[in-house]
Amino acid sequence: MTGAAPEAASVTRGLSVLGRLLSPGPRNASPLLLLLAIGFVAPLVAIVSFSFGEPRSFDVFQAPTLANYRTIIEETFYQSFLWSLSFAALTVVFLAIICYPVAYGLVRVFGRWSNLITLFFVLPLFISENVRLYGWILFFIKGGVLLGGIKALFGVDMESVLFTPPMIVFGMIYVYLPFMLFPMTLGLSMVPTDVTEAASDLGASRWQVFREVELPLAMPGITIGAMLTFVLGIGAITEAKVLGGQSIIVITHDIEIAFTYSQNWPLGAALSVLLMLVVGVLVLAVLSRFDLDRILRRR
Amino acid sequence: MTDRGKRTTNSLIVAWTAAIIVFIYLPAVCGLLASLTGSRYFLFPIQKWSLVWWGKTFASLEIRSLLDTSITIALIVTTVSVVIAFFGALAFARYNWRGRKLYQRLVLLPIFFPQSVLGLALLLWFNTLGMELSWKTAVLAHLVWITPVVTLVISIQVYSFDPALEEAAEDLGANRWQVLREVTLPVLWPGIFSGALFAFLLSWGNFPLSLFTTGADSTVPEYLYAKMVAGYTPGVPVMGTVSTIGAAILLLGGYGLISLVRRRRGH
Repeated sequence: MTGAAPEAASVTRGLSVLGRLLSPGPRNASPLLLLLAIGFVAPLVAIVSFSFGEPRSFDVFQAPTLANYRTIIEETFYQSFLWSLSFAALTVVFLAIICYPVAYGLVRVFGRWSNLITLFFVLPLFISENVRLYGWILFFIKGGVLLGGIKALFGVDMESVLFTPPMIVFGMIYVYLPFMLFPMTLGLSMVPTDVTEAASDLGASRWQVFREVELPLAMPGITIGAMLTFVLGIGAITEAKVLGGQSIIVITHDIEIAFTYSQNWPLGAALSVLLMLVVGVLVLAVLSRFDLDRILRRR
Repeated sequence: MTDRGKRTTNSLIVAWTAAIIVFIYLPAVCGLLASLTGSRYFLFPIQKWSLVWWGKTFASLEIRSLLDTSITIALIVTTVSVVIAFFGALAFARYNWRGRKLYQRLVLLPIFFPQSVLGLALLLWFNTLGMELSWKTAVLAHLVWITPVVTLVISIQVYSFDPALEEAAEDLGANRWQVLREVTLPVLWPGIFSGALFAFLLSWGNFPLSLFTTGADSTVPEYLYAKMVAGYTPGVPVMGTVSTIGAAILLLGGYGLISLVRRRRGH
C-alpha cells in the first residue's frame, strides 16, 4: 500500500469488522438489498396498503376497506385487463416468429459479424421509447413519409392506419423486439452444433431437427424471452397512448388516470396490485423453473 | 441437408435480418427527415430543406436546462449504481451463500416490473414519506430499476472470473483492499465499463420513471412527450435525433474501446 495509507487502513479495518459479522456473500449483497428494500419493497408495501384505503383518500392510516376492489369488479375494468393481456399475448406470438431467424443467424450464420449486428439491436434500448414511437407517427401520418411518398409517386390519396388497435400491437412488437431476441439468442447458443449435425446425419429432416432437437434445447431462452415480452407488454402504456391515439384504454392507462386525472389513489393502487400479482406470479414461476447460473454462464 | 439448401437458408436469414434492422431504424430516419424541414409542420416529400430548427433548438435556454437535468441525473445514477452493482454482482455470481437463489430472483424482479407502475408506487411512497419531488427523487427511482440491470451485466463478467486469482494474491500476502484494487477490479473492468455505459444510457432515455418522480423538474424524454401530445414543433424530432445520435456515439465508442483494450491484452 502507498501514500493514502491511513484512510485505506481504516477502510480495511472497517471492512474486516463487518467481514467477521457477515460471510462474503451477504456482505456484498447488502448495499443492493438495502436499495431494493427502500426503493422497491417499501413502495410496493405502500401501494398494497393504499389499495385498502378509503376511496379518494390520500391517507393510509385508517380502517382497511375492500371498497376499491369492489369498484373494480363492478365496473368495466376487466375490459382494460383483457385488452392488455391480449395485446401482450399477440406481441409474444409475433415476436417469437420474427426473432427466431435473426437469433439463429446471430448464433450460426453471421460469425464474427454477430457482435456488431447485436449492437444494432441493442442501440434502440437506449433511446426513449416515446421518441422511437414518434418516428412511426411521422412515418404513418397523413402527409408523412409513407402516405406523402405514395401520393408523390402514384398520385393516390390514402387514409392513415394510425390510432387503431392493430397499431398498438405494431408499436409493442417494435419496442419489445430486443427483449425477445436476446434471451432467444442465448437459448439457441445453448444448442450444441454436434447434436443438430448428428440428428441430420441420422436422417432427420430440417423440420424434424428444428422440432425435436433445436426447439427443446433452446426452450429456456425462448421461455424467458416470451415471459419478458409478455410482462413488459402488460405494463406497456406509451404504445396505446401515442400510436393507439387513446382509441383503447389499456390497464396501465386506467391506473394512470386513477392516479392523475381522477385523483383516486386507492383505486389506482388496487388496480396496480392486481397487475403486480399477474406479473409477479408469472416472473417467479418462470424463473424458478430454470437454473440462472447455468443460463448466464453460457455466454 | 444439402449445401445448396443451406446456402439458400442462410441468405434468406441474412435478408430477413437486414429487413428487421431497416425496420428498427426507419423511425429514426423519419425523425431525422422531420428535423430537416424548414416549415413549421412536417410534410413529405420535403419542399424546403433547412437547418433552422436545429439552430433554434440549441439556442433555447429551456433545452439547455433540460439537458442539464438529464445529464446530472444520468451521471449520479451511473456512479452510484456501478458501485452498488459491483458488490451486488459478486454476491450474485462469485460467492456461494445461503439465500443466493432468492437474492438472484429479488434482483431480477424490478427489471421485469412494469416501469409505469413502479414509478407510481414510488410516487406514492415518496408522498407517504413527505418527500418533495424533484430530480433527486428521480435519481432514486432510476437507481431502483437500473442498479439490478447493471448487476446483471457485471455478473456475466463475474461468472467468467477465476476465484483462484484472488486466493493466489491473498496467499502472496495481499490484504483485502489490495486484492480488490490489484486483482478483482482490473479483471472485471470490461463488465464494469459496459455496466456504466448501460446505466448512463438507460437513465438518459428513461421516461416512465421520470414522469412520476421528477416533480417540477423535467428531463429530455418528459419534455419530448409533453410536446408530442400537445404543441408539436420541429424541435421534437431535432431533440429525438440528438438523443439517438448521442446514444449511438456512446455505445459504438464504448464498444470500440473495449475491443481495443481486449486486443491489446491479447485475448
